[in-house]
Amino acid sequence: MFKIVVCVKQVPDTAGGVKFKADGTLDRGAMLAIMNPDDKAGLEAALRIKEKDPENVKVTLLTMGLPKAEDVLIEGIAMGADDALLVTDRVLGGADTWATSSTIAGALKNMEYDLIITGRQAIDGDTAQVGPQIAEHLAIPTISYAKEINCDTENKTVEVKRLFDDGYMMVKAQLPALVTCLAELNEPRYMTPGRIFYALDHKDELITVWGRANLDVDDSNIGLKGSPTKIAKASDKVAKGKGTTVTPESPADAADYILNVLTDKHVI
Amino acid sequence: MDFQLDKKHTMAQSLFKDFAEKEVKPLAIDTDETEEFPRVTVDKMAKNGFLGIAIPEQYGGQGCDPLTYVMCVEELAKVCGTTSVIVSAHSSLCCDPILHYGTEEQKQKYLVPLAKGEKLGAFGLTEPGAGTDAQGVQTKAVLSEDGKEWILNGSKCFITNGKEADVYIIIAYTDVVETKRGKQKKFTAFIVEKGTEGFTFGTKEHKMGIRGSATYELIFQDCHIPAENQLGPRGKGFPIAMGTLDGGRIGIAAQALGLAEGALDRTIAYVKERKQFGRSISAFQNTQFQLANLATEVEAAKLLVYRAAEAKRTKDRFSVEAAQAKLFAAETAMDVTTKCVQLLGGYGYIREYEVERMMRDAKITEIYEGTSEVQRMVISGDLLK
Repeated sequence: MFKIVVCVKQVPDTAGGVKFKADGTLDRGAMLAIMNPDDKAGLEAALRIKEKDPENVKVTLLTMGLPKAEDVLIEGIAMGADDALLVTDRVLGGADTWATSSTIAGALKNMEYDLIITGRQAIDGDTAQVGPQIAEHLAIPTISYAKEINCDTENKTVEVKRLFDDGYMMVKAQLPALVTCLAELNEPRYMTPGRIFYALDHKDELITVWGRANLDVDDSNIGLKGSPTKIAKASDKVAKGKGTTVTPESPADAADYILNVLTDKHVI
Repeated sequence: MDFQLDKKHTMAQSLFKDFAEKEVKPLAIDTDETEEFPRVTVDKMAKNGFLGIAIPEQYGGQGCDPLTYVMCVEELAKVCGTTSVIVSAHSSLCCDPILHYGTEEQKQKYLVPLAKGEKLGAFGLTEPGAGTDAQGVQTKAVLSEDGKEWILNGSKCFITNGKEADVYIIIAYTDVVETKRGKQKKFTAFIVEKGTEGFTFGTKEHKMGIRGSATYELIFQDCHIPAENQLGPRGKGFPIAMGTLDGGRIGIAAQALGLAEGALDRTIAYVKERKQFGRSISAFQNTQFQLANLATEVEAAKLLVYRAAEAKRTKDRFSVEAAQAKLFAAETAMDVTTKCVQLLGGYGYIREYEVERMMRDAKITEIYEGTSEVQRMVISGDLLK
């Protein structure tokens, strides 16, 4: 059996507004949540590998979060993942990228995998650090910014097209390895109605829940205490005041108007 | 009594909404304008299991329930009436009768590919001289002397998914019996495949609304179909058709509900933006009271439609629930869309704003799969029995 673990994160839906706790960390419980878009592309990539050999490829989702992070696991199973692991424990809360990657690697050390797929970055933190850090903790290769993934499940190799602003790079690696994906990798499929029913009917068998005790990780590397990052201040975007609406007669007038405003404000 | 949707239905609803917004809405104006059948959307719906929602998994379906199916039709109708009726006719009028009255062989041969969306279905009862009055049906089926084939002759009109569908449930009369009320035709249902010799398509209808849905005349001229394609017992075609239409009416009620909701959503957004006399028209009490009435009508329709879907899941007979849901939802759709056009004023009359299309689409829900008058007959018939 070729085993793919896809790391997914439940992130705040930016459409629902951002809320903070007193210590400056996100109040995730108070926000609407979605599956992080890069991670969703990673799941789609895994499901496409599975489609080529459904009997011999297994896709498992992995997330760390509050118990309600279960929702993204159900969504992922409804899209086609085989099962999922939810790592949840109070002592894991307030984790920065270091503590998060240590925790997830601590779970992966107790799991079987050939290929680990993560999103490039989460839309809430935008660090792009967790994926590569997990690979470092596990001492396996990382291939980041995947635009295309070709996996040879028999010979256990992966070939990835890495996308950059000014070009791309083809990289081949022996598995196990970790690949971080861009949302541009693919168009993730929809859930199907039947899989939604299946996932919810069999939730308890399909989603394994692990706590601190199940992880192979040192106490000094988990939770808020294991997080070297200290948040000095966090705030929502500050409204810049009301804009001005003008209706110029022509595109040329519009350009003149913008030029004048920018000059007045010493922008140009 | 629980008015709260459970997680399964909430998730399914958000799936249908997401799909409708991303895949269906962008094509709706064009589908209406060109009157072209939205095959691309049908293929996408097939891939995502939308063409077999309430069919058991063992027959290629999704194994969900009538309420989930109703929500799918509703969400599609919020953005495109055409797309919603394609699903409704396929599911309620073709898959359902095969599921309920078909033999195991018929289910394997026809229902599995239909539920998987590999094939599309349609249903033919109406004829030029027979709508509400089924006794007017002229299409006749005669059993061959060796008993191996049925030979169909006649025509059907106004058939939704006509020409585009691969599998057709056709009602024809096979016998005439003497009763106290004189001679009565006895009907039988048949499964007819597109491509069968003697089965052709007549003219395509050009309609007021649901213009992208393919509405065709079906013509049978010495059309030989295998005896094993008889659906249900000989002579039981009428109850099969009526039972099928009970289910179909819930689908159309869901379509009507979706159309009303779609028009109301757009109108709420419009009245907040539109300014007259220096303020948003949503600040006028006329607008507020109209919206309050429309939202209340929509909510009442939704309760009736969801109740009918639940009745289909839990009861053998749900004719009255289905008739009440369709009657009220269809009249709500017509009332809400008409008033929404009025609230949008001149813009309401412009195609780009889509509410006029919803008004044109809504009208058919008062007519097909039993007119509102027929629904009243069904409901009063039950009251006075």
